[in-house]
Amino acid sequence: MAFDITINGTLRSIDVDGDTPLLWALRDVLGMTGTKFGCGMALCGACTVHLDGSAVRSCVTTIDSVGDSKITTIEAVGATAAGARIQKAWLQHEVAQCGYCQSGQIMSASALLAGNAHPTDADIDDAMSGNICRCGTYVRIREAIKLAAQSPAREG
Amino acid sequence: MIHHRIAPTASYADLSRRNFLVNSAVAGSGLVLSLMLPFGQGKAVGAEDFTPNAFIRIGADGEIVLTMPYVEMGQGTYTSIPTLIAEELEVELKQIRLEHAPPNEKLYANPLLGVQATGNSNAIRGAWRPLREAGATARIMLIAAAAKRWGVDVASCRAEDGRVIHTASGRQLRYGELAAGAAQMPVPNDVVLKRPEEFKLIGTPAKRLDAAGKVNGSAVYGIDARPPGVKIATLAQSPVFGGRLKSVDDAAARAVKGVRQIVRLDDAVAIVADHMGAAKKGLEALKIEWDEGPHAGLSTQDIAHELEQATLKAGTVAQNNGDADKAMANAETKVEANYQLPFLAHATMEPMNCTAHFRGGECEIWVGTQAIARVQAMVAKAAGLPVEKVIIHNHLIGGGFGRRLEADGAVRAVEIAKQVDGPVKVVWTREEDIQHDMYRPYWVDRIAAGLDKDGKPVAWSNRFAGSSVIARWLPPAFKDGLDPDTTEGAIDLVYALPNFHVEYVRVEPPGIPTAFWRSVGPSHNVFVTESFIDELAAAARQDAVAYRRALLDHNLRAKAVLDLAAEKADWGAPLPKGRGRGIALQYAFGSYLAQVAEVEVARDGSVRVHRVVCAMDCGTVVNPDTVQAQIQSGVMFGVTAALYGEITLKKGRIEQANFDTYQMLRINEAPAIDVHVVRSTEPPGGMGEAGTSGIVPAIANAVFAATGKRLRKMPIDAETLKA
Ligand code: FES
Ligand code: FES
Repeated sequence: MAFDITINGTLRSIDVDGDTPLLWALRDVLGMTGTKFGCGMALCGACTVHLDGSAVRSCVTTIDSVGDSKITTIEAVGATAAGARIQKAWLQHEVAQCGYCQSGQIMSASALLAGNAHPTDADIDDAMSGNICRCGTYVRIREAIKLAAQSPAREG
Repeated sequence: MIHHRIAPTASYADLSRRNFLVNSAVAGSGLVLSLMLPFGQGKAVGAEDFTPNAFIRIGADGEIVLTMPYVEMGQGTYTSIPTLIAEELEVELKQIRLEHAPPNEKLYANPLLGVQATGNSNAIRGAWRPLREAGATARIMLIAAAAKRWGVDVASCRAEDGRVIHTASGRQLRYGELAAGAAQMPVPNDVVLKRPEEFKLIGTPAKRLDAAGKVNGSAVYGIDARPPGVKIATLAQSPVFGGRLKSVDDAAARAVKGVRQIVRLDDAVAIVADHMGAAKKGLEALKIEWDEGPHAGLSTQDIAHELEQATLKAGTVAQNNGDADKAMANAETKVEANYQLPFLAHATMEPMNCTAHFRGGECEIWVGTQAIARVQAMVAKAAGLPVEKVIIHNHLIGGGFGRRLEADGAVRAVEIAKQVDGPVKVVWTREEDIQHDMYRPYWVDRIAAGLDKDGKPVAWSNRFAGSSVIARWLPPAFKDGLDPDTTEGAIDLVYALPNFHVEYVRVEPPGIPTAFWRSVGPSHNVFVTESFIDELAAAARQDAVAYRRALLDHNLRAKAVLDLAAEKADWGAPLPKGRGRGIALQYAFGSYLAQVAEVEVARDGSVRVHRVVCAMDCGTVVNPDTVQAQIQSGVMFGVTAALYGEITLKKGRIEQANFDTYQMLRINEAPAIDVHVVRSTEPPGGMGEAGTSGIVPAIANAVFAATGKRLRKMPIDAETLKA
């Protein structure tokens, strides 16, 4: 059956089995490839999207569980205040190396910042430890989150 | 197109292959300079003839385009490489646009270039001279064109900010206006390069040119390719290497919504579907029986045993100075140890994938590869087509580390695509990616040293056994039982070691393929030599830094980084109980690096790396920001290996499958990393891999300092460190 879900503010109809992970609906059905596949088991965070503003792993979020919740992906997170500040800080600190994990990192970091204006190191550990970066950009991820937290909100 | 062959520049006779060609045939096309960039160990292996693989084009519109064969894997190549040209051409970095060279041009069909590849550390090392020479050559020709136009002496003109200026009159012309004229000028055969103190761009932090798409989801990796009509496939390959598909019951898989086709290969099954969700569901529904073949009983212990036995027999002498046997016999004390390093998977964040469209007479490929010409050659073979019928689109790479120097993923995609109507994207599950990787080899080292009465080493003897990746990957570079990668870090040590003997025994274990892994040789050898020199210091009851330092009087660059790392890490300052500092020093990839790790060993034996201090001399630094980033990256990669990295075989199958069983370091475990770079005007060394090899022994040595327990096998086994 088809599922109607709201992605980045637009209602989309997706005809797949209800147990299909959202990740594949995004990437393969809708062609929104910014959200990445890394493990398929909620172990790496590459597939992170926002479900009503909270970071979730789309590889284990089935399409039939989304309901009326609003999905935001990396393609549109820049339109949120926290997302824009995170992206800007990411560029300023040159966080990305291969870049593959960074969609997920940015989605997790944006959700953190949206809910916590001044995250501590422990908050950052909690929010970000589900996101693996094989290129080891952790030092800069931490710095960039702190930079984003300092930047004035209106700039974002 | 007419290409004028030009003579090598007189002053660099040794660089005779690095010629330039100027294409001046097409009027109005501007200035096109062709050159040849080296690969591999700093040279184009086997390519004695001039075969251009990079092009600089200055158009009449002023646009400067560099077409080059290196790929961006996250190491900043796309920023550092154009810096070299911009520096000599006197333009801003952002004025240069990069294009990746397509593989299907005639020049890439040259079999001599079948080894074209971007290893982590070699792009800048190889391009350092030729690209600056190319920039200078273009600048001289542009100046000559302007001088001719104005009827003035070239010496009265200068280049600045993309223009040529006649200093006396203040007249100026932009490069675009001069490009066509410059193409008619003679190619200078004596190019004087800037001295380091004249550099404006080299050595200045530059923003990465590839960053924006990586923060908004628009960067396109191989896995993101979506040619029209593409189907998605995933696969199960024989869980035992060398096994065969016996039978498959696909009734349940066929019933899955979105599943389109089941493809059977000799040693694999693939499910072709509308999307990966359906393909994975279909895969899980298959009932597969394998004929597991000859390696069905294989275990890691079998391989370790085979390698241990191999170290008892003579190998190929990799280096011999003096008489190690005699010096050993006369030594006051003898220290002996055996070391072992495990198989490791790459686990690039982007799982293996490749999209292929087989159309009978030709085959089109979408992939992210470090070795585009290799992929083209192997796809051609698998497809039964001539290479020119293979069209390859290269993409960004979600992590290389050596994994994407291999073409096995593309070959699989073609085997599947041959049975599919239309394009098919083959995406490996993480489990397939880890269980059908090609692994960093297992190593066993038998090492010994003799010390004199002052504890100084007077004899050193090391025999190690394991796979040679080069022998398979680049056979001509494996000569007389040796290759330059396998032995790097085991020979030519930084220390003064008078009687020195190293042997390598090549053993290719059955049932598990091996490959490069963020280097191979140094990631193994530096662990062994730097752990062992630490053992010698302990045996001599001397401080680990002082002991190394006393062996470095002849090697000032090495001594300088050792001193700097020790100073910045507060070497010698007291630490709380359970904590320790360890040091490692290496010369590898053309760079000197000293690393100090500070670790804490908990009562349950678990190890936490708190802080890492690195002192690096990597010659001239092109982009300091990239050096910092690359060292940090290499360190995290090495910490992961030390704490978690281990691939094991049981009954022929890889036991690890996903990030729960093959763990990666996470942000909450990541150490603070300080990187201190020594100013240098030596040619650039590599840094992409350097951080990884030294950190592992630094951690092991720190654990020894904290607990008195010597780790001779990686990864760290917490059981053995329990209080
Ligand atoms: S792909 Fe979803 S967490 Fe790894
Ligand atoms: S930047 Fe490569 S995995 Fe994070």
